[in-house]
Amino acid sequence: MKDIFEGSEAVARTIKACRVGVISAYPITPQTRIVEFLARMVAEGELKARFLNVESEHSAASVVLGASATGARAYSATSSQGFILMAEVLYNIAGLRLPLVLTVANRALSAPINIWNDHQDSLTLRDAGWIQFYGESIQEVCDLHIQAYRISEDPRILLPVMVCMDGYILTHGHEVVDIPEPEEVDRFLPPYKPVHVLDVDNPVSMGLLAGPESYMETRYAIHKTMEEALEIIPEVAKEFEKIFGRKSGGLIEAYRVEDADRVIVGMGSMMGTVKEIVDELREEGERVGALKVITHRPFPGKAIYQALRKVKEIAVLEKAISLGSWAPLCGEIKALFQGKEENPQISGFVIGLGGRDITPENIRDIFLKWKGKVVEAEFVNLNPEIVGKGAEK
Amino acid sequence: MRVKITAEPGSTMAVETGSWRMEVKPKFLQKNCIACRLCYLVCPEGCIEGKEKNTYHTDYRYCKGCGLCAYICPKEDIVMVKEEEKV
Amino acid sequence: MNEHLLVSGHTACPGCGQAMGARLVLDAAGPRTIVVNNTGCLEVFTTYYPNSAWRVPWIHSLFENAAAVASGVEEALKFLGKEDIQIIAQAGDGGTADIGMGALSGMLERGHNILYVCYDNEAYMNTGIQRSGLTPYDAVTTTSPSGKYSFGNPRPKKNMPEIVVAHGAVYVATASVGYPQDVIRKVKKALSMKGPKYIHLFVPCPLGWRHPGGLTLEIAKKVVETGLFPIVEWEYGKITRVRKIKPLPVEEYLKLQGRFKHLFTQPGGEEEIKRIQEIANFNIERYGLKAG
Repeated sequence: MKDIFEGSEAVARTIKACRVGVISAYPITPQTRIVEFLARMVAEGELKARFLNVESEHSAASVVLGASATGARAYSATSSQGFILMAEVLYNIAGLRLPLVLTVANRALSAPINIWNDHQDSLTLRDAGWIQFYGESIQEVCDLHIQAYRISEDPRILLPVMVCMDGYILTHGHEVVDIPEPEEVDRFLPPYKPVHVLDVDNPVSMGLLAGPESYMETRYAIHKTMEEALEIIPEVAKEFEKIFGRKSGGLIEAYRVEDADRVIVGMGSMMGTVKEIVDELREEGERVGALKVITHRPFPGKAIYQALRKVKEIAVLEKAISLGSWAPLCGEIKALFQGKEENPQISGFVIGLGGRDITPENIRDIFLKWKGKVVEAEFVNLNPEIVGKGAEK
Repeated sequence: MRVKITAEPGSTMAVETGSWRMEVKPKFLQKNCIACRLCYLVCPEGCIEGKEKNTYHTDYRYCKGCGLCAYICPKEDIVMVKEEEKV
Repeated sequence: MNEHLLVSGHTACPGCGQAMGARLVLDAAGPRTIVVNNTGCLEVFTTYYPNSAWRVPWIHSLFENAAAVASGVEEALKFLGKEDIQIIAQAGDGGTADIGMGALSGMLERGHNILYVCYDNEAYMNTGIQRSGLTPYDAVTTTSPSGKYSFGNPRPKKNMPEIVVAHGAVYVATASVGYPQDVIRKVKKALSMKGPKYIHLFVPCPLGWRHPGGLTLEIAKKVVETGLFPIVEWEYGKITRVRKIKPLPVEEYLKLQGRFKHLFTQPGGEEEIKRIQEIANFNIERYGLKAG
């Protein structure tokens, strides 16, 4: 069905098309409308799923953990504080090798409390063993959810997947979206066949105590699986394109990078703006390009390196910062070029925290004003009333 | 890649905790037993078996010698004896 | 393989009340049961990689979320159309009354058809005997030691059964491993009812309470006979049965355990024992425990 949809509704309808069986819900802005739409579809009988309102995000994640372990396709969504509240459970789900898809409606972290978009929440959990996708548009986010179930439930993977969508920008924005019907998704996503399952006819025990003699191998297995996923994720994206007729997902999108001198690397919806400015600047004779990172975990190092190796200046734009160091993606890309013969200038820019608007001017400035200069973690467009004059001694 | 992270049911029976016993073990006299099954019920190891009267016994491969069977037996048909004693 | 659903070869201490209790619960429930276990002694001593003592499907997630994981298990079974499968969520006193309160409250409020069992050994035993919300008044733990300025834990037990009754659970019962047939009866009774049910099971801990393993059953009976642990059954919010006692003085119970030894030696201990007797008297009064 192709129509104008609010992002939250589009995601909810996509989850319905994936024939999800158990949904747990806890409200937090800006994810709330996703679960509200799902609740309505269940109440109307449009979606035959079990819908559970729980008492905290920690329990929301625990409910879907139990559901996935029992053999039902499960779903939940959260943001920011809720996401880090359930962090303990998220590590647990990955360690138990349970398939799951979680929508993270990216939002800033407290304190101070801020309900607007940035990537600090999901990036905080990049070590947890979850596959992480970042969508640029509502369409891409919806498509990523469908691919996410397929990848997560693949017996070669069995790792949970979080699909990150920019809070408010994508959740509350409106776009023309093509949402497939359940029957169409069936051609791409087979029914969930659990590998680890709680079954009275075949009892096993899950969640053992592994001592120093056996724990390390379980982490190694997840790490190796992440490497294997780097092959499987593009395959799945290709098959998605074959069945649904559009490109979505994959590891990265390299936009006009082949002959670029300067490239902005980033994730999520801001890359739409970046690509537009790339086109504008190209008209003005600037050799610029954009690299959108779609899969952040596993880290597509080889793909990024191949795309960027001829580029002279790389600016990594992030809606996050590892306070006290570089922003996460910037640090990883710097590490990528370590010891390589190419030696691009790599600068890190911190942008848009707490929902600070990212304007075309910001992007132009980064492409043009910072030519030749290298910065480690430059905060873009700070308010001089608050810092500078307003700063406390 | 996966490694085994689940366990098969009852696989702890590979661990013979009877080696924990140091001093005493239960001796099932099998004389006055009325098959009340209390010893079977209370053994924390679950290693006491039996059916009819005077058939109850423990599996010394797992028995830790706690003495709760001897405590609960209403007919005092279970006594704690030195570990070295032949039963 | 022995016929129990929790088998031998686990590494519980000799005389462990919880090992006994858990096996009684499982055997009473039967093989068509999925068990969700919080972190704690029971989980640790039964599932050291690569083995498991459980012969039913069993999952351990975290310390505080068994009730929530079990809720998800139930919803999945409903979605998959799998019927006649019982679900037990179980945890220790810390995992239930402290860190697990939120998840338990949610599970009860949503009315899940799950039996929750709290194995109450009155402290965080697995981490080395620390005080929990269910540690009794004046009990010594490593975080509530006795000393010049302390008689041990300064607070009485949180009344978990009544909290659960207030949530509208269909069946709530306290039980003690000192009376194993009562435990079995209550588990079977609970599982025959639809809705959230709760069994609060008193399980002595030889290591934590400082008593010989052979005294576990004696202690599990004395606590009931003094009135310190009332045996009560509620159905649909109303008390339907209590175990009547001929009350013994609390000393008969306290003197058997090292964790109360200081009350018999420290100056002021007599006063404290009187206070503990008051707690027992309060229970006897409140639940009508006196026989005859």
